Amino acid sequence: MTATEERPDYKYVGTRPIRHDGLDKVIGKARYAADLVLPGMLHGHILRSPHAHAKIVSIDTSAAEAMPGVKSVVTGADFPDLGAAPNGDLAKNVIARDKVLYEGHAVAAVAAGTRREAMDAANAIVVNYEVLGHSLTIDQTMSPDAEILHDGLITRGIEPAPTEASNIVARTCFERGDIDQAFAESDVIVEREFSTTPIHQGYIEPHACVADTGQDGKTVVWCSSQGHFRVRSATADVLGWDTSRVKVIPAEIGGGFGGKTTIYLEPLAVEMSARSGRPVKIVMTRDEVFRATGPTPGSKLKLKVGAKNDGTITGVKAWMAYENGAFPGNAAMLGCMTVVSPYTMEHMYLEGFDVVLNKPVNAAYRAPSAPMAAFAMDTLLDEVAENIGMDPIEIRLHNCPSEGDPAPYGPKWPTIGLKECLEAIRDSDHYKSPVPENAGRGIASGFWFNIGEASSATVNLNENGTATVVTGSPDIGGSRASMALMAAEELGLDVYSITPVVGDTEVVGFTDVTEGSRATFATGMAVVEACRDLKMQLRQRASTAWDCDVEEVEWVDGHAVHSPGDHEALSLAAITAAAKRTGGPLGATASLNARGAGPAFSTHVVDIAVDKETGQTQVLRYTTAQDAGTAIHPSYVEGQMQGGVVQGIGWALNEEYIHDADGRMENSSFLDYRIPVASDLPMIETIIVEVPNPSHPYGVRGVGEVGIVPPLAAIANAVHDATGLRMSDLPMSPPRILAALGEAVE
Amino acid sequence: MSRTHVICNINGDDVEFLCDDGESLLDALRDDVGLMGVKEGCGTGDCGACSVLMDGKLNCSCLILAPEANGTDLLTVEGMADGDHLHPLQQCFLEGAALQCGICTPGFLIAAKALLDQNPEPTETEVRYALAGNLCRCTGYDKIVRSVLEAAVQIRETV
Ligand code: FES
Ligand code: FES
Repeated sequence: MTATEERPDYKYVGTRPIRHDGLDKVIGKARYAADLVLPGMLHGHILRSPHAHAKIVSIDTSAAEAMPGVKSVVTGADFPDLGAAPNGDLAKNVIARDKVLYEGHAVAAVAAGTRREAMDAANAIVVNYEVLGHSLTIDQTMSPDAEILHDGLITRGIEPAPTEASNIVARTCFERGDIDQAFAESDVIVEREFSTTPIHQGYIEPHACVADTGQDGKTVVWCSSQGHFRVRSATADVLGWDTSRVKVIPAEIGGGFGGKTTIYLEPLAVEMSARSGRPVKIVMTRDEVFRATGPTPGSKLKLKVGAKNDGTITGVKAWMAYENGAFPGNAAMLGCMTVVSPYTMEHMYLEGFDVVLNKPVNAAYRAPSAPMAAFAMDTLLDEVAENIGMDPIEIRLHNCPSEGDPAPYGPKWPTIGLKECLEAIRDSDHYKSPVPENAGRGIASGFWFNIGEASSATVNLNENGTATVVTGSPDIGGSRASMALMAAEELGLDVYSITPVVGDTEVVGFTDVTEGSRATFATGMAVVEACRDLKMQLRQRASTAWDCDVEEVEWVDGHAVHSPGDHEALSLAAITAAAKRTGGPLGATASLNARGAGPAFSTHVVDIAVDKETGQTQVLRYTTAQDAGTAIHPSYVEGQMQGGVVQGIGWALNEEYIHDADGRMENSSFLDYRIPVASDLPMIETIIVEVPNPSHPYGVRGVGEVGIVPPLAAIANAVHDATGLRMSDLPMSPPRILAALGEAVE
Repeated sequence: MSRTHVICNINGDDVEFLCDDGESLLDALRDDVGLMGVKEGCGTGDCGACSVLMDGKLNCSCLILAPEANGTDLLTVEGMADGDHLHPLQQCFLEGAALQCGICTPGFLIAAKALLDQNPEPTETEVRYALAGNLCRCTGYDKIVRSVLEAAVQIRETV
């Protein structure tokens, strides 16, 4: 269902057409990167480190090079050392230099005639390692005797700066008011320590690319990526090439969720293609995807929340450490910026620590860092509500920020829809229904910033009155349909008369990665701007034909209309058919840096049954309310909400990285790393809340990410309601629940 | 290395190909026959993206050796539509927005066909269990399950 505020009467926006790229996907014709076959193509395979932390003493590739079918072997020595330059760490992650920093770190790559030959040759490479001590947990890596990962790593954000290197990347602190005073004024104070493990994005399509490097020194890369412009610049940087030597063609992408915003394979394929003079394809195995690509970080969080008896939150104190994986990142900073955002408070002291350790380097995963933070915050808020006897929705409404209030991370809140989400859940069928027997109910809210950034779009009108919309945003969940709907609304053309296309790096203007829930918002803005430019051109053509002032021409429902009424309306098709004679083809381009991405909020309610004999949980019912601003294609908005929720359910209940004592991942398959399957779940009920974003021509705010933020706490709160247990370590897997039940009995 | 000669019927056509003895049917379909609609998500039988019907039975093609296909009838997603006429499952997936990235879609369509061929009137729970061997990370399964139930209704109405 949709909880819709009054809004303009749109003809196309808000409808649910079949997506343009859908047909190819249901008949098996959609082309993903692994599907591409080029004449003479070689297959690449990567040799990866078996050690969590080791010095590379020597690499001998001679045996591999002599093996049948082998055309090229590369190691870290074949790539420039970028030092501290941009993408320097990325380069060392793509292929290790003097050290390997996690099990699965790429050490060498082989290109051969077949995949099998490449694998056999990779296994024939002899690497001498000097194994070093390693850290797998936040406590280990922060301890003073931890083995240092990066010699020059001096913690940022500490005054005076430390003189010795450590594994602590940075300390971040957000402070408001006086936290001690807040606790002194509180009637209730609750505090707990929480932990979460890394979680893999779990896209079903493994990373894949094909590179074809020509003798002119240029290369063409086809790849599975959320942002081909970033692939272009990052690949060029890692190779030490000029960006203009790299052209990237986006293939269909089989899921990303943030995990395909970086590169792993492309420079290796390009370099081996250059050396062999043949195209090179590299496709990861699932095992490699788990061991070597970006999980979202594990975390350790200590939170303390104070409140008055009327439910007013007085203050929050947080200590939050986030794993960054093998190279420095900023996960903890994002945690600090999101942890208390759904609530107003006078006092806060939020301290974050980013740490490196011997695991694969983080990649973004849907609202990165926010779910763990919300897990801690919304669990404690539930505890506060329980202690003072207040309804969990009422306490959230009581502390709900509104427009103009200061956001915890600095700016003032623009128009936001959190209150509406809370009310939608409060008034939902689900919340009004009794909690099923032997089950518990949980509530939580979540926040995500959403971003704008750079986008480009080109809209060309074809001679038959149809339009082609080219953008630079890879479509990872139906955004082409949204682009077509906005263009249809602007131009007054049927949505199926519009062909939405994702253009490569040489046919469309620079466009940032599809991330931060930005594509429909920012790239949509570029599409609208280009369409508005076109409408002006169309009116001008009509005014020339009618020999009147352009101001007398209106654009109505796909037609130029003479407002004084002296001329018969001209259809878009009539104008484009005559375009050659009236001034040439009609096309427009817009490139912009989108500002005013509307923040996203969401509130969830879930009913969970817990089997006290086995610790097994069952999600009985789930409802999510999320502010979409305006839902351009409601089916795909619901799809984002449902997908986010189910990823959150997996995170809460089952998914985790398990390492042995040597730092080797023990569950690197979908059998052992268990993501939710259809039989685990009920339908995911959705309530699309629409509080339009005033900064977007159609009121869009991003919808891709926030849905994964509330489930962790919502489920923990439901488990508490069902069992009385406060589960503060994820996942809440059957053995953990069983153990906690056992302890509770003792 | 000598290669094995396999003769089978795929999507209604007689097909011959040569394969290595240790090669999976998935690799043979993709690399030797060129049916790229059969997807690889894991190669270990855990994701269902490579689902095919072999003599009418649902199988993960990554778990079958290519030579085992000799003499069998195979159906892949490429063979589901009748010319331009989509199978009701394909049409319902499109209308029901049951795909986002689409990488899991061929496997789900084949698994759902296997279910409906055998049980034309499944309950929601039966659909969920029949599809439990297929992983989708994008949709949360809601729209997939609804689309399969809707296709079942349409198929029943047309016969
Ligand atoms: S590829 Fe066969 S089950 Fe995953
Ligand atoms: S639609 Fe992407 S995995 Fe199912």
